[in-house]
Amino acid sequence: MSTTARDLLDLSLVDLAGALDAKRVSSREVTDAALGRITATDTRVGAFLTVTAERARAQAEAADARAARGARLGALDGVPIALKDIFLTKGVATTAGSRILEGFVPPYDAAVVERLEAAGAVLLGKLNMDEFAMGSSNENSAYGPCRNPWDLSRTPGGSSGGSAAAVAARQAFGALGTDTGGSIREPAAFCGVVGMKPTYGRVSRYGVIAFASSLDQVGPLARTVGDSAALLQAIAGRDDRDMTSSARPVDDYRAALEGGAKGLRIGVPREWLEAEGLDAGVARRVREALAAYETMGARLVEVSLPHTRYGIAAYYLIAPAEASSNLARYDGVRYGLRKPGARGLKEMYAETRDEGFGAEPKRRIMLGTYALSAGYYDAYYLRAQKVRTLLRRDFDRAFEACDVVAGPVAPTVAFRLGEKASDPLAMYLADVFTVTCNLAALPGLSLPCGLHPTEAMPVGLQLLGRPFDEVTLFRAGRALERELPPLPRPPGIEP
Amino acid sequence: MPLLSLDEVRRIAALARLKLSAEEEQVFQGQLSAILEYVEQLKELDVSGFEPMTHALAAGDVPPLRDDVVRPSLQPEEALANAPAREGTCFKVPRIIE
Repeated sequence: MSTTARDLLDLSLVDLAGALDAKRVSSREVTDAALGRITATDTRVGAFLTVTAERARAQAEAADARAARGARLGALDGVPIALKDIFLTKGVATTAGSRILEGFVPPYDAAVVERLEAAGAVLLGKLNMDEFAMGSSNENSAYGPCRNPWDLSRTPGGSSGGSAAAVAARQAFGALGTDTGGSIREPAAFCGVVGMKPTYGRVSRYGVIAFASSLDQVGPLARTVGDSAALLQAIAGRDDRDMTSSARPVDDYRAALEGGAKGLRIGVPREWLEAEGLDAGVARRVREALAAYETMGARLVEVSLPHTRYGIAAYYLIAPAEASSNLARYDGVRYGLRKPGARGLKEMYAETRDEGFGAEPKRRIMLGTYALSAGYYDAYYLRAQKVRTLLRRDFDRAFEACDVVAGPVAPTVAFRLGEKASDPLAMYLADVFTVTCNLAALPGLSLPCGLHPTEAMPVGLQLLGRPFDEVTLFRAGRALERELPPLPRPPGIEP
Repeated sequence: MPLLSLDEVRRIAALARLKLSAEEEQVFQGQLSAILEYVEQLKELDVSGFEPMTHALAAGDVPPLRDDVVRPSLQPEEALANAPAREGTCFKVPRIIE
C-alpha cells in the first residue's frame, strides 16, 4: 500500500471529514484505500463477513458529486463505515453470525442504516460477531473467528469483535455495534478503540436482530472520542417504529467535547478496583488514568456499588430468558435455514433449530427456557429483575455524589483464542464490570488508557454516566484522550 | 450430583423446540448446572419490598403510542422472498397433524 493511502487511513473520522470538506481528498479515493486495506489485511484479521465494494464505490461517487456541488450532507458524508452483521441491510445478506440465517437477505433497512445512508456515509460491509451477539470473544461466530489486530493469537473481544477489529486495523473510520452486556465496550477496550453504549432508548432498535430486548442498545466504535460523538449524533433520536426509543431531544455531543475535566466529580467504586480477578497491570493503568483526571482538576470521590457482584448472576438469567423468547422466531418457516426431510412440523422446528444454532445460543435458550418455566419463574427471572432494581438504586445513589463513575472495562487485556472457549462460566465472568451498566440502563464509554505494562496490549477505561448524560461521558473521555499519548498502530498486522 | 437431571435437560429442550444429541444433553447438563449453581447467590439478597425492573426506561421517557393509522408495510412478495418453501402467497410447512 502506498504511503498516501496508509496516511489517509490513519486520519480520524473527524479529520477525514475536514479533508473531504476542503476537497483535499475525494470519498472515492478514501473508499478505495479502505477497500484495499480490507483486501490486504482481512484474510488475517477476519473482521468482515461481507464486503459490499461496488455499492461502497457508488455511494462514494455520489458523495463526491454532492461535494462538487457544495452540498455535503455533514460530517459523515463520504466517510467509509462498516456495520456489525446484526443490522438489517436491504438487499445485503445479514447473518447475526449464525448458520440459521445463512443466505437471509433482509427486505428492509434498520433505522440506524437508514440514518447513516441519509447522512451520506459509505457502507463498506458487514462485520463478524459472536452468534446472535452472545459472547465476549467473537469465537462463537459460525463463520470463523475474528482476530485482534494487536496480536493475532488473541481475540478482539465480543460480541462486536469485527467492529472493534476493523476500526483498529484501519479498515473503516468507524463502525456500529450493539451492546447487551458489554459487547461494544469490551471489544473496544481489547482492540484499543473508543466504544460508546448509549442510554437504553437513545438509539432505535428497529431492524436490529434482537438478543435481549430490555438490554440491547446500538452504539458506535471509532478511533477517537470525537469520532464516536459524530457517529452517535447521526444515529440517535426518536423513531416511532421502536416503542422503547426515547422522545427526549438529542444533545449536541460535539459542542460539549472540549469542556475539559476541571470540576468533574469522578466516582470510583470501591468494589471495582478490589474485585477478585482484576489483573494488576490493568488496575495500574486505570489508577493512572484516575490520577490524570485529578491532575486535570477533576475530583475523585469514593462511591459504593454494593450489588456489583450480583450483576453477572442477574444478567445471565435476564438475558437468556429474553433471548429464549426472541430466538423462538427461528423456526424454519419464514426465513433462514430449514432442515429438509422432517415428517411433521414439530420435528422440523426441533431439527432446524438443532442444526442452525451453535452451542452458545442453544445454551442460553436452554437456560432462559428453564428460568421462565413453570415453578421457576419467581425464583429466577422475577428475583433477577428485583436485583436489577437494586443495581439501579446503587447507581442513583452514586450519582448523587459524582458526575461519572470510572473503572476498568474488563478484568484483563484481550485473552488468547481458545483460552476460555470450553468454559462458558469463565467467559461470562469477564463481563463483571460491563453488565451492570446495561441492567441499570445507563450510558457507558470505553476508551484506551494506555498499554498493559507487561503484555503490550491496550487497556480500557470505562466511564458510566447518568441516564441520557452521554454529553458528560464524551467530555470526560475527550479530556483524558487529550492528556494521554495516542496508542501506536496495532502491531499484529504490520506492515 | 449436578443440579439438573438428564430428564430435566430433555424436558427443557422439548419446551425450547431443540433436538439435542445425547452428547449435547450430557454437556449441557454439566454446564447449565454449573451456571445455575452460580446464580444461586442471588438468594443471599433480601429482595422483598422491591419492585422488579421490568422496563429499562423511566416512566417519563416512555413515548406515547402513535396514532392507529394504516401505514405502508412489507408487500407479500418481499415478506415471502426468504421463505424456505412457499405456495402462492403462503408459507408452506410440513404436515401439522401427525
